[in-house]
Amino acid sequence: MSELLQFFFSGITVGAIYSLVALGFIIIYNSSGVVNFAQGEFVMLGGMSTVFLFNAGVPLAIAAVAAILITCLVGIALNKLAIEPAKGASVVTLIIITIGASIFIRGMAQLVFDKQFHRFPSFSGDDPFLIGGATILPQGVWMIAGAIAVFIGLFVFFTYSLTGKAVLATSNNKLAARLVGISTNMMMTLSFGLSAAIGALAGVLVTPITLTSYDVGIALALKGFAAAILGGMGSPFGALVGGILVGLIEAMTAGYISSEYKDAASFIVILAVLFVMPNGIFGRSTIDRV
Amino acid sequence: MKLTKLSPKILTLLALALLVIIAPMFFPSSFYYRIGALIFINGLAVIGLVILVGYAGQISLGHAGFVGIGAYSCALAPEHLGISPVLAVFLGAFLSGLLAWLVGRPILRLRGHYLAVATLGFGILIYMVLSNEAQWTGGPDGMAVQATGLKALLKSMGFKVSASEMWYWIAAVVMMIGALIALNLHTSPTGRALRSLHDSEVAAGTVGVNVANYKLSAFVISAIYTSVSGSELALMNRFISPDVAGFLHSVELLTMTVLGGAATVFGAVIGAAILTSLPQVLTVLHDFEHIVLGLIMMLVMIFMREGLVPSLAKILRRRPK
Repeated sequence: MSELLQFFFSGITVGAIYSLVALGFIIIYNSSGVVNFAQGEFVMLGGMSTVFLFNAGVPLAIAAVAAILITCLVGIALNKLAIEPAKGASVVTLIIITIGASIFIRGMAQLVFDKQFHRFPSFSGDDPFLIGGATILPQGVWMIAGAIAVFIGLFVFFTYSLTGKAVLATSNNKLAARLVGISTNMMMTLSFGLSAAIGALAGVLVTPITLTSYDVGIALALKGFAAAILGGMGSPFGALVGGILVGLIEAMTAGYISSEYKDAASFIVILAVLFVMPNGIFGRSTIDRV
Repeated sequence: MKLTKLSPKILTLLALALLVIIAPMFFPSSFYYRIGALIFINGLAVIGLVILVGYAGQISLGHAGFVGIGAYSCALAPEHLGISPVLAVFLGAFLSGLLAWLVGRPILRLRGHYLAVATLGFGILIYMVLSNEAQWTGGPDGMAVQATGLKALLKSMGFKVSASEMWYWIAAVVMMIGALIALNLHTSPTGRALRSLHDSEVAAGTVGVNVANYKLSAFVISAIYTSVSGSELALMNRFISPDVAGFLHSVELLTMTVLGGAATVFGAVIGAAILTSLPQVLTVLHDFEHIVLGLIMMLVMIFMREGLVPSLAKILRRRPK
C-alpha cells in the first residue's frame, strides 16, 4: 500500500510540472491558435537564468523573480518577431516556426550559459515528509502548490477580470473582439508573456529536483503538449488534470511494469483516449462551418 | 519559350535528372557523393511526405518511425530470417505499409493538433521499442548492418566504384522512380481526390470522395516511401541506431517538406538538399549551428510561407518580360 502511495506522490509531483507546461501551452493556443513548441524552452530559461543569477550572488528569491521576468520578455519577443509577422499561416507552418524558435533559443542558451547540468538548493531543505509510509520532498510540495496556485490564478483571471475575458474573446472570434474595441495584438502579447512566465516558474520549481541544462526543454514540451491534448486542448482544468494524469501514468508504469517504457505508457494512453474521444477528455467537440 | 509548353511533370523530372547528372561534375572528393546520396535518400522520404502533407493536407510528426522500420528490417531480417538485405527493403516497405494501414484509420479521424500529437505518440512508441529491445536491436548504441554484396557484384562485372559513388547513383535512381510515381499520382483521379481533401474535407465528401479511404491511402503510400528511404540509409551506412526513428528526425523530414514547398515534388528535393547539406556547412560555425538553423527555419516560414520553390517561382513569374 505504501508502495502505491509512493508512486502516487512521485506521479503528482512530476505531473504538476507537466500541468504547468500544459497550462502555458493552452494560454497561447487559446489566444492565437498556435501550438508553441518552444514552450519547453521557457522552462529551461527559467531554470538556467535562476542558476546563473544565483551563482553570481543574487539571493535565490530575487534570482527566481528576475528569471521569470527575463523569460517573460523572451516570450513577448517571440510573439512580436516570429508569430505576429506570420499571421494567417497554416498549422504546419506555425508548428515549424515555433520548432525553429525552440532550436534557436536552445542554441542561444548553449552560447550564453553553457552545456553543463546545474541545480540550486531546494526552497525548504531536502528532508522528506513521511506520510503513510511514503515520502514526499518539500520541493515536491512546492511544485504541486505552484501548479494549483497558477491554475486558480488563471481561473480567476479568465472568469472575473475584464482583461481575461478580452483574451477569451480574442480566441473565440478575433474580428468580433476587435469590433468591440479589444486590441487583439495586445492580448496575444499578453498571453505569450503570461505563458512564458508560467513556463519559467515551472523551471524554477523543478530545477532543484531534476537539474537543468540547455536541452531539457524538448522532453518537457512533448509531455506538456500531450497533457494539454489529453485534457482537451484549450481547457485550463483539462490541462491541470491532463498533466497530473500523464505524471501518474508514468509513475505507475515505472513502478509496476517497466521503467524503460514509462515514456511510452503516457503516449499509449493518449492514443487510446483520442481514438475514443477525438477531442480529448474535457474538450468541446468542434463544429465546422461549411 | 518552348520550355513552358512542357507539362510541369516532364519539367520536374528533367530538372531532377539534370541535377543528378551535373552535380557530380563539381564534386571535389568522394565525401560529396555521400552527401549527395543522403540528399536523395532524404528526398525520397520527403516526396512521400509531399503526398501526405502537400496533396492530402494531413500532418505527421511521427514519420521517422517508418524510417526506423525500414532501417531495422534491413538490419534484422538478413540476420534472423536469412533473406538478402536487398529483399529486406521490400519486407520493410510491406511492414511499414501494413502498420500504417492498421493505425491509419483511427489516427486519421483526428485533425490538426490532435493528429499531430497522435502521430507524434506513434513515432515515439516505435522509437522506444527500437531503443529498449536491446537484445534484438542493440539498444541506443545501434547495430551493424550486413553488406548488400552489390559492390562485390559490380566489381566482378568489371566496374570499380567506391561505395559512396555507388550509393549516389542507387539513391538517385530510387528517388527518380519515387518522383515519377508521385508526379503521376498528382494528376490521376486519386491525386485529384487527395488534393480535394486538402481544400475541404466536407466539400470532398459531398462530391462523393471517400474521405477516410483516400486519407488512409496517402498515409500508407507515404509510409512506404519513408520506409524505403530508411532501408537505403541502413544499407549505405552499414550501421543503424534508433535516432533515425526519433522525434527530431520526424521534425527534420517535415521541415524539409514545408521548406521547399509542401505541394511540389521538386520543392521536396530542394528542401531535402538544403537541410541535409546545411549541417555540413554549418559545422564551420561550431557553436552557432543551432542558432543559424533555427533562424533559417523561422525566416523561410515567415517570409516564404508556401516554401522556397513556389515563392521563388512566383517572384520570377511576376518579373516583367
